[in-house]
Amino acid sequence: MSQEKQKHWLYREENRQKLWLIQIGFLVLAIIPEFFIHHHAYFTDQGIKVDARAGFYAWYGFASCAIMVIAAKLLAVVLKRNDDYYDE
Amino acid sequence: MSSLIIPPGFILIIGGLLLPWLSERLRPAAAIVFPLLTLIMVWLVTPAHSLNIGFLDYELSLLHYTAEGRIFATVFSLAAGIGALFAFKHASTLELSAAFVYAGSAIGVTFSGDFLSLFIFWEIMAIGSTFVIWANSRTNPLAVGASMRYLLVHLLGGVILMIGITAHVANTGNTEIVAMKADNLATWLILIGFLVNAGAPPLSSWIADAYPEASPSGMVFLSAFTTKTAVFALIMCFPGETVLIYIGLYMVFYGIIYALLENDMRRILAYSIVNQVGFMLVAIGIGSELALNGAAAHAFAHIIYKGLLLMSAGSVLLMTGKRKCTDLGGLFQSMPSTAINGIIGALAISAVPLTSGFVTKSLETSAASDAGMPVVWFLLIAASAGVFLHAGIKFPWFVFFQKDSGLRPPDPPWNMRLAMWIMSSFCIIIGIAPTLIYGILPYALDYEPYTADHVITQMQLLLFAGFAFFVLLVLMKRTLTISLDFDWLYRKLIPSLLTQLQSVYAAVMLPVMQFIKDFGQRRLDYLFEVHGPQGIFARTWPSASMVLWVAVLLAASMILYYLKP
Repeated sequence: MSQEKQKHWLYREENRQKLWLIQIGFLVLAIIPEFFIHHHAYFTDQGIKVDARAGFYAWYGFASCAIMVIAAKLLAVVLKRNDDYYDE
Repeated sequence: MSSLIIPPGFILIIGGLLLPWLSERLRPAAAIVFPLLTLIMVWLVTPAHSLNIGFLDYELSLLHYTAEGRIFATVFSLAAGIGALFAFKHASTLELSAAFVYAGSAIGVTFSGDFLSLFIFWEIMAIGSTFVIWANSRTNPLAVGASMRYLLVHLLGGVILMIGITAHVANTGNTEIVAMKADNLATWLILIGFLVNAGAPPLSSWIADAYPEASPSGMVFLSAFTTKTAVFALIMCFPGETVLIYIGLYMVFYGIIYALLENDMRRILAYSIVNQVGFMLVAIGIGSELALNGAAAHAFAHIIYKGLLLMSAGSVLLMTGKRKCTDLGGLFQSMPSTAINGIIGALAISAVPLTSGFVTKSLETSAASDAGMPVVWFLLIAASAGVFLHAGIKFPWFVFFQKDSGLRPPDPPWNMRLAMWIMSSFCIIIGIAPTLIYGILPYALDYEPYTADHVITQMQLLLFAGFAFFVLLVLMKRTLTISLDFDWLYRKLIPSLLTQLQSVYAAVMLPVMQFIKDFGQRRLDYLFEVHGPQGIFARTWPSASMVLWVAVLLAASMILYYLKP
């Protein structure tokens, strides 16, 4: 317990859940304005309206990042080498 | 007064060459004063000034004012000055001196009115920057090889550019720098020459290969000039060149993916340079006034926040001697100043409201929507989320937080902290008062970044991108690996082919060579026999026999004389 106390509070096991809750709190806070404002649709001429839908930026930000992380993970299968690869 | 105006870059180039001859005490002061004088000179130049020097049949125009040139020259002098403040205690004199020549020639490019002067400064930049990397070879043996590969890539780019310029001048008879279209071989080669320096595919890997081998301060200098000078040249010469949109989009995602895979903290930031320059190239490719303003403004903001991020990473490297995310973590506890500044830089590059990234990068995305390019716009928005992912969170998280590595190094010396705080305040001041930078852009700008819609959507995008980072953190566990890239071709494939060739050579070519050698040797032996010291032609003969033979010749000629009819 005393060893656990010496750690910075960010690293203590008991605070892990709190940190997640704080983050989710921020996400909720960012979503609230969706109920009050309407977004500008940039591409009405092209018949695209998805960017003006409520919550577009939230799911788009999450989804595009998830895709990029997974794409990187897949490319890693081919591209990754030990970091002394060029040193010999 | 106008006679006092000299090309601003010359101050830094001459200053850089003077630095080694100054006394130890004077050098730090000089390192701050030269960039400051340069900055003042940049702002004294008006369109009325010019300095033309005859060169062969052409005129070099070394002092040519453009609004684009001024904004780039301004941020170049700032980067040189604040970089020098960051560097002067630890950097070698060679590094500082080379960095000034490098920065000065970058500024030289921004004031060049013709392609020949541009090319001369372009090449001095290549040499100066190579020395900046090479100067670190005493502490990092890898820097020697890295600097040579770097030089080769840039000499290649320089040769392509030179051929392009020569052909262009032959075609048009004009050396003046003008906006062009890549529609013939000459202009294509010029475009390719510029793109090599911008870090465009396929050679993008030179940035992540070379820059991270420089010293902590060296990489701060390197990140500022080469790629951004290329952005400047592209703005001047190829606005609205559609191919740049595709190249830029490739670079944007290349940077993100490779940075996500990377373990070396400064290499993450190197990939991030490619990513950011990609945004600028897309904007130049769109080519509207808003887009070109966006590219210039983004370059300005980027030099400052990327310099800041690299100062933060450089401080960590200097104080811990470690550069891999797997070795780092938890440093916020003992390096609060470095951590806070690193986070400010990370927020700025992610374009969080109230930072310089927010007010500049949004010009580029708005340009895409104004131009009616939905695909480009959707990809740029995804990439903006990706910037937060790979630079905005990944860098500070793995270096300053993550697991507790147990390292407890102190913050770096005062000059480095001061340099970081100055950079941070630039990031925030520009974010709060964007008119500062909007006012010096090449075209008049009517744009309001702080609308409720824009701020809210940007926060949503970034917060959910951040959420994705932490949800998928398990997929991003750092490993002791690097990622293969195009440089594999010249670092692995070609060298191994050469070794292969050597063994083939031994089996097939050696006997043939031996035969040729033996044949030659036999000829030589014969020659030696005849002409050598003991040879019949080189033997010493007694002078008496000489006199005898002269007498014989005289007698013969006399007899012949009397025989004449």
